[in-house]
Amino acid sequence: MSAVPVTATQGVDDGAPRAAARLRQRWSSTRTYINAGVIVLWCLLPFYWMVLTAFRDVGYTFDTSFWPTHVTLDNFATAFSTDLGNHFGRSLFNSFFIGICTTAIGLLFGVFAAYALARLNFRFKFIVLGFILGASMFPGVAIVTPLFQLFTNIGWMGSYQALIIPDISFVLPLTVYTLTAFFREMPWELEEAARIDGCTQGQAFRKVIMPLAAPAVFTTAILAFISAWNEFLIASQLSSDATAPVTVAIASFAGAQPHQEPYTAVMAAGTIVTVPLVIMVLVFQRKIVAGLTAGGVK
Amino acid sequence: MATEAARGTRGRRRAPQEPPPPKEPAGPGHDSPEPVSDRRAKSQGKWATWLILPSLILLACVIVYPVISAIALSLQKDQGLDPATGMFVAGGFAGLGNYIGWLLQQCPSIGGGTVDCAPGTLGSQFWSATYNTFFFTVITVAIETVMGFWMAMIMARTFRGRGLVRAAVLVPWAIPTAVTAKLWFFIFAYEGIANSLFNANILWTGSEGPARTAVIIADVWKTTPFMALLILAGLQLIPNDVYEAAKMDGASTWQRFTQITLPLVKPALMVAILFRVLDALRMFDLPYILTGGANGTTTLSILVVDQIRQGFNAAAALSTITFIIIFIVAFIFVRFLGANVVQNTNIVETKESK
Repeated sequence: MSAVPVTATQGVDDGAPRAAARLRQRWSSTRTYINAGVIVLWCLLPFYWMVLTAFRDVGYTFDTSFWPTHVTLDNFATAFSTDLGNHFGRSLFNSFFIGICTTAIGLLFGVFAAYALARLNFRFKFIVLGFILGASMFPGVAIVTPLFQLFTNIGWMGSYQALIIPDISFVLPLTVYTLTAFFREMPWELEEAARIDGCTQGQAFRKVIMPLAAPAVFTTAILAFISAWNEFLIASQLSSDATAPVTVAIASFAGAQPHQEPYTAVMAAGTIVTVPLVIMVLVFQRKIVAGLTAGGVK
Repeated sequence: MATEAARGTRGRRRAPQEPPPPKEPAGPGHDSPEPVSDRRAKSQGKWATWLILPSLILLACVIVYPVISAIALSLQKDQGLDPATGMFVAGGFAGLGNYIGWLLQQCPSIGGGTVDCAPGTLGSQFWSATYNTFFFTVITVAIETVMGFWMAMIMARTFRGRGLVRAAVLVPWAIPTAVTAKLWFFIFAYEGIANSLFNANILWTGSEGPARTAVIIADVWKTTPFMALLILAGLQLIPNDVYEAAKMDGASTWQRFTQITLPLVKPALMVAILFRVLDALRMFDLPYILTGGANGTTTLSILVVDQIRQGFNAAAALSTITFIIIFIVAFIFVRFLGANVVQNTNIVETKESK
């Protein structure tokens, strides 16, 4: 970006300016690397600190060494232990169950709506899109009070449906607008081409459109699942011990002594919750970035 | 840019001679006087209605219905003990009483009227919670915009290991906010690494300044990546030729930034800022877990949640106020600051390609 116009230096004699230019270029690339290094450290160090502490003996919780010391797996055992009234294992299952149900419902409804928004012309398209975008920025706190009262009245408090239904309010708008953005980019003319080449409507859909749409649907599923997995506000109010997702379980993790935070066990629990997400994000990095920005800006 | 090209071809493909979609019951015997394109638009509209309706109905159930019932709840008095008689009283119509109570920070008094809420009660915290919410929003979004821009500028360069940087940036984004809060709670513990590193003895959650700083740092760490990726997507739409041309004309790095990068990335930037502002205005998880809302970190969302168990109706009024505040901010952004979300997203066909 900040390359120096080398074209200005001509001839054989002016080796000095050219050397200076090369030096400046090297300095500019060094600067890029320094900046990149700072970004990577800033993003990864706190995460590294969590993983490091997760494997550290509880007696050395506040050890300041940046390398693994007093390595142990005890914290993971503590995290999963139910002796202190924690239900971490159960909450992992709850989070998976709630996340998968919400994602499935979001995709099921979202795929059709997104197809219509991306491919068909109709009146009120802008209004529908505006409504869905508005819904995606909707504050969860505005629905938690009436739902708290409603679910108390009909006895759904602490049930799975009481956690899945509110999650749809932000997962469905997310799937609709991400899928719409992806579907707009798809080469739909291939469908017609397949039909001209003798495919039936069903074959064209199965053999051409499905393989093309699958990555988009898959990416959207990841984004939807992550957003449901990370939800805290609604779950903290509407769940019970039996249905609490991991975010709630970790936030209210009890230690052996009252008023003493079980840091290492919490970090172990945090590591278990986070590492699968981080691996998933790293593996599907390109797709996720495309999905995140597709709905946002282009 | 590729998007534009794709849109162009799609626009051309929709010429009138295109065969009608298979769902249309049009046939040789269908002698309608309307032009073909009109008829197709109509059938597409019908088809689209059936595809979209399920989603709209579902959203109406999970968003519109709760909002309306929140408004209905907010117009009722909370049931409870009458402070005058000590008897249990069952609500009744309150009109805008709950709203006025929050805005003027008035609580029911023993005489049956209202008095200023006692310090420390939830009723006395409306304006401080509003102030905290906007304070966090302005500070965090400002820092995130600057840092996000910096990260995006670096990630837009070509260098070996760029993939690593982009992957690293996604890590804080992927971590659940609740876990982020616990992680920073540990970092900011009295014996924690933050104090050890800087050789300080700060009780981070113990007083206003440090508590707010901790929330801001944790929020910036968690959400800057999202900002950076949105800005990066905007940066990548700027063709390199523009920079080359400016360089030829002798524009300095700073001039290129202010004259080319900033104006061209502005639409993307405004949308990113709008997303972040609306997100920050409903901030809950971080302060709730990190500081428990103590020491000047109670946001409006936290106040609503604390109020729920003390009375639905007052909580419903407060959540409606929060909703209205966020709505007004979004409106101002879209109307006056040019954050045109619908048109800047590529999910809407531009007028020309229709």
